[in-house]
Amino acid sequence: MNQKQTEYPVFTKEMKKTHTILVPMMLPIHMALMAEILRQEGYNVDILTNDGHGVVDEGLRSVHNDACYPALLVIGQFLDALRSGKYDPHKVALIITQTGGGCRASNYIFLLRKALEKSGYGYVPVISLNTLGLEENPGFQITVPLAIKMLYAAIVGDFLMLVSNQCRPYECNAGNTDRLVWQWTQRIVKSWNGKKLVRYRTIRKWYKEILHDFAQIEQRNSHKIKVGIVGEIYVKYSPMGNNHLEDFLLSEGAEVVVPGLLDFCMYCIYNGIVDRKLYGGGLMRYLGSQTAYRFFLKKQKDAIRAVRQHGVFRPAMLFSRTKDLAEQYIGKGMKMGEGWLLTVEMAELIESGVHNVVCTQPFGCLPNHIAGKGMIHKIKAVHPEANIVAIDYDPGASEVNQQNRIKLMLANARAQDSEFQSVTSYPAQPAKKRDHKPAQAAH
Amino acid sequence: MSLHIGIDVGSTTVKVVVYDQDILLFKHYERHMSKVRQKTIEVLSMAKDVIGGRNCTVSISGSAGLGIAKAAGLEFVQEVFATGEAVKRWDDSIDIVIELGGEDAKILFLTGGLEERMNGSCAGGTGAFIDQMAMLLGVSLEELDTLSLGHNKIYPIASRCGVFAKSDIQPLLNQDADKADIAASIFQAVVDQTITGLAQGRRLEGKIAFLGGPLYFFHGLQERFVDTLELDSEHAVFPELSQFAVAYGAAMLSVSNAETFSYRELLTRLENAADQSAVCHKNPPLFTSEAKYEAFRARHAKASVQQADPHNYHGGAYLGIDCGSTTTKLVLIGENAEILYQYYSSNKGNPVDVIHEQLQKVWEICGDHITLRASVVTGYGEELIKSAFHIDEGIVETVAHFKATQFFCPEVDFILDIGGQDIKCFHVKNNSIDSIMLNEACSSGCGSFIETFAKSMGYEIEEFARRGLFSKAPVDLGSRCTVFMNSSVKQAQKEGASVEDISAGLSMSVVKNAIYKVIRAHSAAELGEHIVVQGGTFYNDAVLRSFEQLLGHDVIRPSIAGLMGAYGAALYGRGLGLKQSATLPANELKTFTHTSKAANCGMCTNRCSLTINTFANGEKHISGNKCERPLGRMAKNDAPNLYEYKLNRLNALKPIPGTRGKIGLPLGLNMYENLPFWHTFLSELGFEVVTSEISSVDLYRKGRYSIPSDTVCYPAKLIHGHIEDLLEKGVTTIFYPCLTYNFDEKKGDNHYNCPVVAYYPELLQANISKLKDVRFLYPYLGLHRPNDFVKKAAAFFLREFGGISRGEVKRAANKAYAVYRQWHEDVKAEGSRAIAYAKEHGAQMVILAGRPYHVDPEINHGIDKLIHSFGIVILTEDSVADLVEPQKVNVLNQWTYHARLYNAAKYATQHDDIELIQLVSFGCGLDAITTDEVRSILEQKGKLYTQLKIDEISNLGTVKIRIRSLLGAIDERNRTRERKAAAYESKAN
Repeated sequence: MNQKQTEYPVFTKEMKKTHTILVPMMLPIHMALMAEILRQEGYNVDILTNDGHGVVDEGLRSVHNDACYPALLVIGQFLDALRSGKYDPHKVALIITQTGGGCRASNYIFLLRKALEKSGYGYVPVISLNTLGLEENPGFQITVPLAIKMLYAAIVGDFLMLVSNQCRPYECNAGNTDRLVWQWTQRIVKSWNGKKLVRYRTIRKWYKEILHDFAQIEQRNSHKIKVGIVGEIYVKYSPMGNNHLEDFLLSEGAEVVVPGLLDFCMYCIYNGIVDRKLYGGGLMRYLGSQTAYRFFLKKQKDAIRAVRQHGVFRPAMLFSRTKDLAEQYIGKGMKMGEGWLLTVEMAELIESGVHNVVCTQPFGCLPNHIAGKGMIHKIKAVHPEANIVAIDYDPGASEVNQQNRIKLMLANARAQDSEFQSVTSYPAQPAKKRDHKPAQAAH
Repeated sequence: MSLHIGIDVGSTTVKVVVYDQDILLFKHYERHMSKVRQKTIEVLSMAKDVIGGRNCTVSISGSAGLGIAKAAGLEFVQEVFATGEAVKRWDDSIDIVIELGGEDAKILFLTGGLEERMNGSCAGGTGAFIDQMAMLLGVSLEELDTLSLGHNKIYPIASRCGVFAKSDIQPLLNQDADKADIAASIFQAVVDQTITGLAQGRRLEGKIAFLGGPLYFFHGLQERFVDTLELDSEHAVFPELSQFAVAYGAAMLSVSNAETFSYRELLTRLENAADQSAVCHKNPPLFTSEAKYEAFRARHAKASVQQADPHNYHGGAYLGIDCGSTTTKLVLIGENAEILYQYYSSNKGNPVDVIHEQLQKVWEICGDHITLRASVVTGYGEELIKSAFHIDEGIVETVAHFKATQFFCPEVDFILDIGGQDIKCFHVKNNSIDSIMLNEACSSGCGSFIETFAKSMGYEIEEFARRGLFSKAPVDLGSRCTVFMNSSVKQAQKEGASVEDISAGLSMSVVKNAIYKVIRAHSAAELGEHIVVQGGTFYNDAVLRSFEQLLGHDVIRPSIAGLMGAYGAALYGRGLGLKQSATLPANELKTFTHTSKAANCGMCTNRCSLTINTFANGEKHISGNKCERPLGRMAKNDAPNLYEYKLNRLNALKPIPGTRGKIGLPLGLNMYENLPFWHTFLSELGFEVVTSEISSVDLYRKGRYSIPSDTVCYPAKLIHGHIEDLLEKGVTTIFYPCLTYNFDEKKGDNHYNCPVVAYYPELLQANISKLKDVRFLYPYLGLHRPNDFVKKAAAFFLREFGGISRGEVKRAANKAYAVYRQWHEDVKAEGSRAIAYAKEHGAQMVILAGRPYHVDPEINHGIDKLIHSFGIVILTEDSVADLVEPQKVNVLNQWTYHARLYNAAKYATQHDDIELIQLVSFGCGLDAITTDEVRSILEQKGKLYTQLKIDEISNLGTVKIRIRSLLGAIDERNRTRERKAAAYESKAN
């Protein structure tokens, strides 16, 4: 298995005390929660929020330019941070996820190491965050309680994302929603501080409170076009990756609908079940996947039930239903990258009344040729009302070009939307870039 | 009632219409030369009298209109939406609208499910593309159109994007193909781009309206569309006001706007908007003061060459000709390498005429007092010029450039040459070329790009460059391909960037492209101390300065930067030791004429487009060929070629009639590897296995209408054609399984297929509607687990066909696995035989390493034959991959085919007489990872790395340069090695 040419610096136990772990930004709400949990575990963690041309230039300089955009941005962000003078490079470690799938994303970590080597940072340890045991990091151990906390963070993160997305476009006072999100993340992580185990019951209790709080936000009663965002996981979620797509859509008077992180986790788990069905073998993985799948599904059910009982917000679709949508479009063996989940998320959005979808992908993304652009035709055959635009992201793509295509999608959306037939004018507000700095506790 | 004004600000023009209800009162359009806001105001003010004192509703549309609308607080209408509105009002029987603009292409399906689409980011070729091509041909737009109508032949031109198309057109020009044919082919390329890029699976049928500037002005383009889509006059509509469609739609949509304006109010809004400052990203200036620029100039002025007056010079002289892609250069030097005469000019699409004229001039200069001892030609037009004018010798560009630079700066470590079309760089070690890097289609931001841009903005290149020098805030335009740069410039213009800032920004982008994509340098230290830059593009001081700035290191630019190729050729000629050149003498030049004729070679399946030049003395020159066959002088070459071997073996698998009827297999992607397996397996089960034909351009064209993603690799695109081919053969069952995993060859960490290979059947099923009429079987199967395969396959076939037992499947599978293994053994045995042959004959070997499907002649475009024609033995990656222990690599090695590459590279490093050339399909994301790794395996052991990026482009010009450069470098190295060995021996004695 292990036949690497060179040995790389590992993150040792001592480093846990001395080093700051840098984390690339992807999901603002989730990552604020997760970073705080890691801090409580005794890690020094910093989420990178450096953005802009410095990052892209570092990426272009250090990564093969045909590699995918997320790799380029994440690596660029790391290098830009290392050079910024904000950190002592000898007291820093980097963390990056590794899925081990058939997509080239599994190689990000090696591209990162190569880039570090070339830039004179070969001594900086890189932690691989994966579930397959691809690499060892003695100083960074995901213990069971920690894993559970992280998992809960993902669940609550999804929940906050869901309700806040349904409030933000309608709030009377700009910023109310984001403030409430911040308050809640603070409250959640504070309550976890010092606790080895987190009780799931408290989370269910929070659901009610969160729903209540968000429902209190003063809202304007206006009709908005709903636009779903699907795609490659990084460009789908990361504001830097998608040129602040959510903010742009908001400024155009749309409500943004983004499927949660949990769906992606369950998709990954579910693949363990499918693999055995298709190819045989992998019994242990199959059993483990089934247990995990049931566990997640239960958690998702609870969240959905809470939303439904409260009655104000639209809940997410239960994954067991979502996955079955695949049948009419794509085989569930298509498991590289976002795989069949991507197709299914488009279908899910449309089924649940969100007919307008931006399908985001890094330029030349391999799995998306098939699961994204390749399936739009078929989705439209089933749902003629579907209004999908595929947007490529890369360092050279001009924002105007992307926006123009999204505007076409929006124009079609309005033309289709009966409530808009009578309304005439929609003055666009200037796009405000939200501050995606993670909520940080004083430390 | 108020008037309705529609303003359409596109990428190149501004259009304004004023309507009183349905009556058109005013229309005007003008090129805005990137002065977007001023021009809009200007055109609007022409309508002043028409508007008079009436109130108006206003909507702005167009790709450049977005910014203005935002700044002026006016209503914006997306242009495709506006087009739809316009067409619906004009003629409600129209089914489809195709609109080509300056830089955007759009398609609207109005009936059968409304759909509106714009070109993706990777297809920039439209109006701007045609402009660029006309410039390349050296004709006006009107001439281009007229020419195209008189064509006899259409050349296949890549339709992936404008840049790719250009690289197919360039060699046609250099071969002196008929301009009428080229012009029509350019229009055909635009048509093809529209069909592949926009239709994406929907058939273009019914009544089609063609809109936009290019489709209004170019009758040739209209003709190509009508011909290709097989439309009659009733179904092809070219509306009178076609270029005003967007403006008209915007005006009509403005009817419902709440706000109205008087003429004065509207103008004030727009004028105020023009004052808003730009917001795009800025770079630091090139020069902060005049004095710094002077110092910079003084430093570079030192790098000059000795000149001599030819009237006073007596003795021998040497002529170097560099017939480049866009420019022609000549240098005449004396015995001491002093320049007697030099010439640098655009070849205006007619290199033969330019050189004809120049040679007469050279003879005139020589007169009686100078003896022309040798002439040497290099560059794209090398072969044509050599045979036309009896030039003594031809050399490859890289060698010519290296010769010249070495003369200039003997201690040179690194050379960067940016010409009109090409970027070439070399590392130099031990006085020989150590590695060569050339740009790809996607990194083609070169000199001609800046020049075209300058012209489109209304400037000569010199003036444009000069303005950039003192820009205070150069715009950051990114560094992807020139298509992307076009849209970045568009964006900058919209945000109000000045010509100065754009000029400087473009220079920086060209340099960034060279550094990030071609050189791939991380710091100046990697390039060494002595860096020489050359090529015509470096005459531009802004480019030169950008390079120094970005690198953080001073470089040397010879005063004859643009002439280095010719100078090097002349120096090479000096070293030939000839007494008298055989160059066509003055009297024969007087009567020299030439004609060119297009033809198709029929000697093999590649069916190359040939251009046959016939000269006054009856001599002929054939170009466009990929091998030596049509030249009729092919020496007997029985060096083994494993590409040919593998293809022949696959071809030999014939259908065996069976009881269960026919089953079709598309011969593409992993079928190139797995066909022996499936052929045996299915034949054993009683199916008659029918495969699609070997790929060809025609086959590709048949299937391209259903390709949904234009950025996927060419091998994948071809599969669409293979499916069409099977359907045409009347096959009613097609089998093409999804294979997440590949065979486990125990060479890497895992054994995946790439996502495209693994799941393309899913995409086919979703996008080719004809597949619904047949039985398309695409089960997920796992060949990597033979026992489970039997179980799962048995269940599948029983379900689908009935009456197939597991025992039957097991027997078939066992046999199929055995055949597959034997197949590999055979390939390896053939590899060993080839290696033995090479050892025996002292022949050079090349591992042409790629994927199994690179054996497809339409994918490799005959590169194997081309290399083979140099007498080289061709090996494949799979024939040698098992000859070494698995290579250790620094990446996650999880794809079966890729693991073979690493092993093959390792094998190459163990043998002096084997080189490795990697074939990479454009758009292959995984090769972004493998290429770096293969390169590092080779370079660690001092081997040269050569990469050939291939796509739909069939032009092998650059491939030839790379191969000849590689051979040149190998020769040079062997000589050095021999010299060293000899020196060592003599010392030992």
